[in-house]
Amino acid sequence: MMSTGFKAARDGVSIHLDAGEVSILRSLVSQVLGLVEPGTTGDDPLERALGIGSATPPDDPVLARLFPSAYAEDDEAAGEFRRYTEATLRDGKRADATTLLETAAPGRLTLTAEQGQAWLRALNDVRLALGVRLEVTEEVHEEIASMSEDDPRYPAFVTYDWLTYLQDSLVRALW
Amino acid sequence: MRPDLPWLTIVWNDPVNLMSYVTYVFQTVFGYPRQKAEKLMMDVHHKGRAVVSSGTREEMERDVQILHSYGLWATLQQDR
Repeated sequence: MMSTGFKAARDGVSIHLDAGEVSILRSLVSQVLGLVEPGTTGDDPLERALGIGSATPPDDPVLARLFPSAYAEDDEAAGEFRRYTEATLRDGKRADATTLLETAAPGRLTLTAEQGQAWLRALNDVRLALGVRLEVTEEVHEEIASMSEDDPRYPAFVTYDWLTYLQDSLVRALW
Repeated sequence: MRPDLPWLTIVWNDPVNLMSYVTYVFQTVFGYPRQKAEKLMMDVHHKGRAVVSSGTREEMERDVQILHSYGLWATLQQDR
């Protein structure tokens, strides 16, 4: 995985990805898409029409990180906020992931600034999900450098590091 | 709680979100100049949290929702 990252292009950003890189990206983003199901609402038809969902935080730690509590010290207010916002947030994350899946292709790839923003958020969601699963710390880069290639966690950490590089290059290309 | 006190949006440090990305999000979401966005990002990074906006409760709920759409760990609370 040795792509050169994103570059600013006329009216957007561009990158060269090989088939293996696209395959990894598609696989990881598909997994997040599978995890972030469409906003679920209750049985009440009115609540469903209004996108009002559950007040309870997700059990899965990845979903709990993607949809954090908005009130640190007030569970009731946090539940109300979640009821009215989580379905919309889920739809937004699904739309970003879908944009990436629809545009990712091997070779020279050019994205509009808007598509680039969707990629930025989708890459961040994948890194958040991997970060929770791998329990990464702020010293992750140093950790990988000192990790044995025989370590069973090594491939996942290298992928995480590559996504970090990719996302950082995309921020700089969009700036 | 005193009703006249403003509400605050707080962003918390986490090990995944990139310093460049967090700065970019503060610029994009709030329209802050690069320097102010960078200072807030550094506060989050070094102090563990930073107040990134203030206003009415409704405004701060909107800010928190947008920040969550970018994957930042944000909460709101009334000033005290």
